[in-house]
Amino acid sequence: MIMREPIPRPEARNSFQALGREALHVVGEAGRCGVLCGQALFAVRHIFRSVRMRQEILTQMYVAGIRSIPVITIVAVFTGMILALQTGLALSRYNQEVFVGSAVMLSMLREMGPFMTGLILAACVGSSMAAQLGTMMVNDEIAALEIMSIDPVRFLMTPRLIAMLVMTPLLGFYTCMMGVLGGGVVAMTQLNVGWSQYVVNALDFAANKDLYVGLLKSVVFGAAIVTMACYEGFTTEQGAVGVGMATRRSVISAFLLILMLGYFITRLFYN
Amino acid sequence: MIRFEQVTKRFGSRRVLDDISFEIRQGEVFVIVGPSGTGKSVTLKHMVRLLTPTSGRVWVGDTVASEVSGGRLERLRERFGYLFQGGALLAWMDVFENVALPLREKTDLDEDAIRTKVQQTLAMVGLETDGQKRPSEISGGMQKRAGLARAIVRDPEIVLYDEPTSGLDPVTARMIDQLIARLNRQIGITSVVVTHDLHSALSIGDRIAMLKDGRVAELSSPAEFRRSRNPVVREFLDAQYITPETQDGGF
Ligand SMILES: Nc1ncnc2c1ncn2[C@@H]1O[C@H](COP(=O)(O)OP(=O)(O)OP(=O)(O)O)[C@@H](O)[C@H]1O
Ligand SMILES: [Mg+2]
Repeated sequence: MIMREPIPRPEARNSFQALGREALHVVGEAGRCGVLCGQALFAVRHIFRSVRMRQEILTQMYVAGIRSIPVITIVAVFTGMILALQTGLALSRYNQEVFVGSAVMLSMLREMGPFMTGLILAACVGSSMAAQLGTMMVNDEIAALEIMSIDPVRFLMTPRLIAMLVMTPLLGFYTCMMGVLGGGVVAMTQLNVGWSQYVVNALDFAANKDLYVGLLKSVVFGAAIVTMACYEGFTTEQGAVGVGMATRRSVISAFLLILMLGYFITRLFYN
Repeated sequence: MIRFEQVTKRFGSRRVLDDISFEIRQGEVFVIVGPSGTGKSVTLKHMVRLLTPTSGRVWVGDTVASEVSGGRLERLRERFGYLFQGGALLAWMDVFENVALPLREKTDLDEDAIRTKVQQTLAMVGLETDGQKRPSEISGGMQKRAGLARAIVRDPEIVLYDEPTSGLDPVTARMIDQLIARLNRQIGITSVVVTHDLHSALSIGDRIAMLKDGRVAELSSPAEFRRSRNPVVREFLDAQYITPETQDGGF
């Protein structure tokens, strides 16, 4: 899936044909991303033999996970606060402010937690991953690995993918908790809902299903982020400009995928 | 050993190699010279299937290098060492680990054996005291030498050198030339050297090919090359003040 040359796109004779070609190209790209992700997952079997891979996974968990915590915390707390404020104000018109806890909890667990985590990781971690792999591609480092018969997918992508798959559900859950905490602060200070009342209400309405679906979403988003970053990295061409474009494309496609996959997972589980 | 059979390579509409044919013999030092951007690196990349020809074939021994894949490609590449133009060291590993990487990933040697082998190889390129440095902490010339160490650490049959001496001071450049010549004479490594440096081309090469506009403009022994009447070659020689009478000390 490592490409040194662009896929040839034949000239289109009219706009209708151009549209068709573009659509086919996108389908092709999606297919290649799927194959790449599959290859990376298939290479996980080396984890038992390779000390280096296990170390690399830990490093990547630190890079992707731990170092993102400050940003995630701030975003999560403020998301929770905004949610609490908006729903609280609406609820208070009917004197139902007590339900603000459940409102924040459910939207954080089901949607906002995984979603916010995904966006932040795509922007911080995915982009730097694409830039790093793209630079390696441009500097012939990937080619050097290939000459040594070291599979770049196994060597570079698999540890990043595993690290992300482990970290995203944890971070997603952490985001939810921080959001609920932020919401609680607003509930107490702005809506006159007591802390215990808020927490009890929040826990009453949260079902296991919400948690699991939220975690599933996080995992899927994590896979999407790493796949897009590595795909763009591995197909980088044209020097530094190419690295910039690869980074940009990886973030955009990860954002779009997160939105679309998020919708379809919600659709699948909440009908 | 390595044979190009009417190889044409296009990138989009740009034709970089234009119906090239030549053969590199086993055990020789084959030098490729030519102006910047004529496809010298592209030619090297075809030998290990980092690029595939638009048409034509590349043979390595009795395999068609331009068509193999999977396990056969892996075995083909194992016969090669490749020094990339920029060194292509992995930035997050130190020099020692970079050189040790192919041994760690592809052999069952134990830690002691790896240490000895890597130290030996680093000494050959004059980097025995720089093993603990990161690529970003050493100069471009040192990166290139570390890349060379990595290329030869597994004792390959064929080594492809992409501008091994560019960016090096004259003394180190001659040292690398001597190393290439020594690996060739003593171990019989077939070497393909891409270079701009005609002095080193003339002194280490058994045969020299000149690429120009995607074609082989000249293919001859150093002595013939120096006396060539081909205007393309003459221009290149004159630019480096080499006259038919200039003497180059061979190794
Ligand atoms: N992956 C690629 N995609 C598109 N064009 C490429 C690619 N690789 C090389 N080229 C083009 O092929 C031409 C030859 O490149 P190459 O790197 O072989 O030159 P070179 O002879 O090695 O030059 P130099 O001496 O500067 O290293 C260049 O014009 C370059 O733009
Ligand atoms: Mg080159």
